[in-house]
Amino acid sequence: MADSEHSYRFSIGGMSCAGCVAAVENAIRAVPGVREATVNLGERTASVSGEVAPEAVVAAVGQAGYEAAELRGIADEAGKEAAEMAHYRRLLWKFGVAAAVGFPLMGIDWLGLMPPLAGWGQAFWIVTGLVTAGVMWFSGRQFFVGAWKAFRNHNANMDTLIALGTGSAWAYSWLISLWPTLVPALARHVYFEAALIIIALINLGAALEMRARGKTSEAIKRLIGLQPRTARIIRNGKEMDVPIEEVGLDETVRVRPGEKIPVDGVIIDGHSNIDESMLTGEPLPVARGKGDEVIGGTLNKSGSFLMQAKRIGADTALARIIELVRSAQSSKPAIGRLADRISAVFVPSVLIIATLTLLAWFNFGPEPRVSYMLAATMTVLLIACPCALGLATPISIMVGVGKAAEFGALIRNGEALQRARSLTTVVLDKTGTVTEGRPRVVELLPAEGHDEAGLLRLAASIEAASEHPLAEAVVAAARERDIAPETVEGFEAVSGKGVRARLAGAEVLFGNRRLMAESDIAVDDWEGRAKALADAGQTPMYLAVDGALAGVVSVADPIKADSAEAIARMHALGLKVVMLTGDNAATAEAVARQVGVDEVFAEVLPEQKEEKVGALQARGEVVGMVGDGINDAPALARADVGFAIGTGTDVAIESADITLMRGSLHGVVEAIAISRATVRNIKQNLFGAFIYNGIGIPLAAGVFYPLGILLNPMIAGAAMAMSSVTVVTNANRLRFYKPKREVRA
Amino acid sequence: MSLLVNLAGLVVIGLIVWWFWLSSPRARTVATGAPIDILVDDGVYTPGVIEAKAGEPIELRFLRKDASPCAEQVIFEGLDISAELPVDRQKTVTVTPPAPGEYAFTCQMKMYRGKLVVR
Ligand SMILES: [Cu+2]
Repeated sequence: MADSEHSYRFSIGGMSCAGCVAAVENAIRAVPGVREATVNLGERTASVSGEVAPEAVVAAVGQAGYEAAELRGIADEAGKEAAEMAHYRRLLWKFGVAAAVGFPLMGIDWLGLMPPLAGWGQAFWIVTGLVTAGVMWFSGRQFFVGAWKAFRNHNANMDTLIALGTGSAWAYSWLISLWPTLVPALARHVYFEAALIIIALINLGAALEMRARGKTSEAIKRLIGLQPRTARIIRNGKEMDVPIEEVGLDETVRVRPGEKIPVDGVIIDGHSNIDESMLTGEPLPVARGKGDEVIGGTLNKSGSFLMQAKRIGADTALARIIELVRSAQSSKPAIGRLADRISAVFVPSVLIIATLTLLAWFNFGPEPRVSYMLAATMTVLLIACPCALGLATPISIMVGVGKAAEFGALIRNGEALQRARSLTTVVLDKTGTVTEGRPRVVELLPAEGHDEAGLLRLAASIEAASEHPLAEAVVAAARERDIAPETVEGFEAVSGKGVRARLAGAEVLFGNRRLMAESDIAVDDWEGRAKALADAGQTPMYLAVDGALAGVVSVADPIKADSAEAIARMHALGLKVVMLTGDNAATAEAVARQVGVDEVFAEVLPEQKEEKVGALQARGEVVGMVGDGINDAPALARADVGFAIGTGTDVAIESADITLMRGSLHGVVEAIAISRATVRNIKQNLFGAFIYNGIGIPLAAGVFYPLGILLNPMIAGAAMAMSSVTVVTNANRLRFYKPKREVRA
Repeated sequence: MSLLVNLAGLVVIGLIVWWFWLSSPRARTVATGAPIDILVDDGVYTPGVIEAKAGEPIELRFLRKDASPCAEQVIFEGLDISAELPVDRQKTVTVTPPAPGEYAFTCQMKMYRGKLVVR
């Protein structure tokens, strides 16, 4: 095939000299099928042409010790759009030409001005037949070619039905134009106009369907739109703007304030606040500095910085998200498989029904038999369209998965989407899911003679040397208030109890009640307040100086601001909410009370999480597990639907059923609500397609003829064209779906 | 005359059943390790039947000529593989068939239909 010759562009990483260029060129030229390969050291790119798979080139360059990535970008999308527009216009032309000849002919017929099939009239019909042939060749040739090719492959499809329906009308019309006496006088009706109008309408239907479909992929277009088009790179000491596809691996890129970050990479100089909301939904910009990773497609708000490109082209987080959404959009859940099975045998079945219809009219039909026979058979062929049936599931999935992506929920496949709809229980991991996963100092209670700042300074000074997660919270709190810790001496960690050290000659103790009891420090007056703190889900820590209590620092992993609201929304959806945590029962209960979960499993070891999910399933619950994706992996896998939370930029997006790009539990609610809406939409589509064929085919065959109802073939053609438009339009309604935000108590 | 027409009708039904359901295309392309080019045009995949060995990855290079949207995706049923096919540009899909059997690959609407026969 001459068409398999293509040219590709690659970015090459790791080249430093002309020797490298030769090595890479040789490696690429050794790939079978490569006709030409040129490597540009300045640009760090390679152009390759030949009959070759780009993956093979990447592998060969890798083996030679360099990195290669295919350069592809928005150019593809623009090309796709242009091709679609051209096809759309072509369909409209086909419609226009067929309609321009078909409708006037129909008008003549209705006015009773049809010439007779004799003398000059016969000449008129033969000329009409020739014109019709030309129009059908222009407007409907694809149906005949497709039908013939499919037939040779033992396949039958929509083209088969259209080609048989219009082809037989056309052939019959020629027959009686040439030899009118072959059929009874009453049946001498010409169907040239019917064939043309049917072809016109089917082309129009395809054009309308295309328009409607264009909208279904809006979510993907929005994601693609996040990709900036150019990047400012620094090459050989010079700054230049290049198209995004030409950014190479490890190249230095300058990002100025207000610009989008072009590719994934690491900041090597400077710092800034970056708005990642487009990918994660997290509304607040995050501070990033030297050594931090930044994600392509996000917005640099304030500072200017230099970054090194680490992932480009198809490897960026954004590209992987787009790819994931795309592949999920075309996967099908079980609900669609019935339709698949039916549509696989559909067309041959319709052919058989059409033949039976013909025989029935032939044997039992009224006169003019030939006319009725032909019309009914043609109508059966035309009204039965497998398209609506085949399209019913994928088109809704496409919109539904895209919709979910808009809300920051990446659904891995159609199966996950379908299962999410039937969940009965949601299991939430506490740390990092319900809570923020980062402990914070929430209360400072100084004893008499001390103040908050002093208390915090003491605590931070002694904890600065510690590695405990709670210590980090104390140090961070001090930094926030600009309190500088002092140097301590003789630091000592008392396992399970706390720490002790000497500060400016004083003996400082910081830890739990047991540590105080051990050192005979009286805390009795504080018992009540400490218990109240523990009941609220906090961890109180005592601080003593030279044998006297200086105060209590209370640390807690704060509950995310919107957890309670999201859980209320889960209840509103009829879901049971269970919390799972390794924490002690008192803390767990306290958190559970505040957010309103129904059941708590506390003091669960990580390896037991999966068992708990299994136990719930054994009770007959359909379980959705929400966790942060790393230590919860087995439980996520065991659950009917695993939701990985807040890992939108991680490789983890490929392991969970549903990935929530922002750290809020609202994403779970939205994913479930959207999955319910999508499955409902699929059912509507399938119902419509089944009903349409279930009523349409008998109607066309003439089952209702005794009641005086018989379908006109042209109406059947129009109905066929509209059936897939209807399905696509119904799926499009999903685009306007909004999960209910407010909760009624 | 009437008997003849009825008989002809029954024969046609028999032929439909035989051609579309009982017999299958003789033309098969056997995977030999080299990439296989598949043309997507006029409602069919050419070649439409590909024979492969279980566990051995095969490279299918799709070239889509048909601009109509139903051809835009190819979906391998039961294999969880799908790909978007750009118009006029080759797209390589690597498939590793897991177990012997027949796997259909189709477009979204199932108008294009091909088969992977795995031995
Ligand atoms: Cu179609």
